[in-house]
Amino acid sequence: MNYLDSFRDKELVQGLARRIADLTSGRSKPLVFMEVCGTHTMAIYQFGLRSLLPPEVKLISGPGCPVCVTPNGYLDRAIAMSRLPDLIVTTFGDMLRVPGSSSSLMEERAMGADIRIVYSPLDAVQIAARNPGKRVVFLGVGFETTAPTIAGSILAAKAQGLANYFVLASHKTMPQPMAILSADPDLAVDGYICPAHVSAIIGADAYKPLCEEYKVPCVVTGFEPTDVMQGVEMLVRQAMAGESRVEIQYSRVVRWEGNAKAQAVLADVFTPFDAPWRGIGVLPGSGLRIADAYRAFDAELAIPVEVEELKEHTGCLCGEILKGKVAPFDCPLFAGKCTPESPVGACMVSSEGTCAAAYKYAR
Amino acid sequence: MCVGVPMQVISIEGDQAMTEVDGVKREASLMLLDQEVKVGDFVIIHAGFAISKLDEEDAKATLEMMREIFTPELMG
Amino acid sequence: MNNDIIMLGHGSGGKLSHQLLDDLIIPQLSSIPVAGQNDAALLNVGGVKLAFTTDSYVVDPIFFPGGNIGDLAVNGTVNDLAMMGARPLCLSVGLILEEGFPKSDLARILASMRQAADNAGVAIVTGDTKVVPKGKGDRIFINTSGIGAVEHPWQINGAAGRVGDKVIVNGCIGDHGIAVLSAREGLEIDSGIESDCAALNGLVSELLPLGERLHVLRDPTRGGVATTLKEIAVQSGLTIVMQEENLPVNPGVKGVCAILGLDPLYVANEGKLLALVAPEAAAEALGIMRRHPLGKDAAIIGEVTEASAGRVLMETSVGGVRGVEMLAGEQLPRIC
Repeated sequence: MNYLDSFRDKELVQGLARRIADLTSGRSKPLVFMEVCGTHTMAIYQFGLRSLLPPEVKLISGPGCPVCVTPNGYLDRAIAMSRLPDLIVTTFGDMLRVPGSSSSLMEERAMGADIRIVYSPLDAVQIAARNPGKRVVFLGVGFETTAPTIAGSILAAKAQGLANYFVLASHKTMPQPMAILSADPDLAVDGYICPAHVSAIIGADAYKPLCEEYKVPCVVTGFEPTDVMQGVEMLVRQAMAGESRVEIQYSRVVRWEGNAKAQAVLADVFTPFDAPWRGIGVLPGSGLRIADAYRAFDAELAIPVEVEELKEHTGCLCGEILKGKVAPFDCPLFAGKCTPESPVGACMVSSEGTCAAAYKYAR
Repeated sequence: MCVGVPMQVISIEGDQAMTEVDGVKREASLMLLDQEVKVGDFVIIHAGFAISKLDEEDAKATLEMMREIFTPELMG
Repeated sequence: MNNDIIMLGHGSGGKLSHQLLDDLIIPQLSSIPVAGQNDAALLNVGGVKLAFTTDSYVVDPIFFPGGNIGDLAVNGTVNDLAMMGARPLCLSVGLILEEGFPKSDLARILASMRQAADNAGVAIVTGDTKVVPKGKGDRIFINTSGIGAVEHPWQINGAAGRVGDKVIVNGCIGDHGIAVLSAREGLEIDSGIESDCAALNGLVSELLPLGERLHVLRDPTRGGVATTLKEIAVQSGLTIVMQEENLPVNPGVKGVCAILGLDPLYVANEGKLLALVAPEAAAEALGIMRRHPLGKDAAIIGEVTEASAGRVLMETSVGGVRGVEMLAGEQLPRIC
């Protein structure tokens, strides 16, 4: 089966869109569904799905971009490390343009820092193995889809006996921020489009407490356009029937219990801690730092650096964007002072940033 | 942080598999997979790791359900 | 953002490149107004119309599936001339070699250049060679400049698009960029994709008989089809609507893009052209292309719908609509 083609079928997408229009036709108040995964943000824009949905259904973006929700201090520390001699910073492409307090990894690279984009953290381990005289730091940013792969890289480095591989970890976990959003009286979300691959790891059961406490429907949805439309359709039916259950749309991949092995690897290599989220504040147990048993791989401990004074950019509304309270077009800086070439905040240049998506696809 | 591509396993050697999509091949680690995988299976590859198997039967059933949307009389 | 230094993005062909040209380079160097930027300059020398262009080649790796920096250097410049409808006459070649560069690699590259020049029917008439110390170059950089004869009376340039025009591409997009990317160390992707590097002057000469119904010819190199279409839209003051399902893309390119989170619309091509033709000439143009070896997969991918400040929209493969912008800086692989 060609999965990419089958789940991008135009007829199915349009049929589902018509069904959603039929179900919601005539509603005075639109149903608002929030996605909390940057890949959903991008998929919805890339396929132009909003233009297929009726005005009675509104899709908004939440804190789904792990780079965007990471405060500037992390990037400032990474930049400080990149300025050290004999140190290679390895990172996913997503981080390169994100502005820290005064610089970005891209600019540091232009000034001579050894910063390399890798596709997999295992590639970073290989770079460490091939460069024994240098320290290699991998920037570990991401939710629970990515965190196990970084844990895997630490295990691989350990198995190879490498002493020069480090991870600067800034992982965040779901679904804690969703509870905060649901508890916010200003935010009226009628349902959550739950992330596809995070849920493959943590399991759909993870959303049950949120669902029960806040009586909000949660549908674990895939990233292909048919998946998103079917997920929205399932949310519409629940919302209109006053139901609040967790459902799995992306059942070909996601299980209720998730991936036990990946969860075990996470629990072994990482320890939860109270992490700061840009715009939201500190959420208990919402971050992952490297466990004591693996502290030899923790870049923050092993490579002390002086980090510049934190400067969050004034006027930047990334925090409000990430809570779904302000739309990109409503930010006074959008497409004026803040552009992908000259960004003020992370949302405009992270590859999954809400503002980046709006700028690229919806102007 | 979730870009994951369905790729087909074309060979397995220990914890590593060679996977393929649209004729493009890349090696992937099976270290994080808690399911049995054999040649011919589809897996979701993220950042060089297989994170889950793809259930082909379920995929077909899902597509069927989506097609049923076309016959609103069945949905009532 | 540090505005005092040159960034890699300034060379990517997208927004940053334009900014560098508009803010710094053109004001200092050129007498040609900003809006008149085309693939080659048109000159009138004693009544003879000539096209003159230059391009530098810094591709890494220098050998990639389907080609190398050498044939790229010849074909790229030939193509810039061809996009003006000019018949390429001759090229100059400037080589900047890094100390330590193997002579055998140089020989291989030169042989490719000779072959490419012969295929394109163009003579290499002058050149220069410099050597820089080890570490001060990157094995080999090549500059080629070209002169062509404009033997037709029509205005074929980026500002000549008109409402109603059809947009045609001569084949699959994204091959070159993906071939080069796959060959780069670190990504370890076996894609089987080869660069589409080729001289387009033969194909263009077959299109010229379309006469004044052929309005725009541009080759979508750095920045991809999306960037080039946006440039045309802005230059001509038009809105162009593309249809995603009509875009020809090789499965291997789709696969690599899916894995790395790239968009084929922004990936470089080296053997492709975009033609804007009057609607009544579209079928004829398509036929001409499809009969040519470099146009077997030619397709109509969009049309000009109205006059505007310059927008590109795309009807997605599932029937939605989205905007298409120029590439901002480099296109980076994403995992998120």
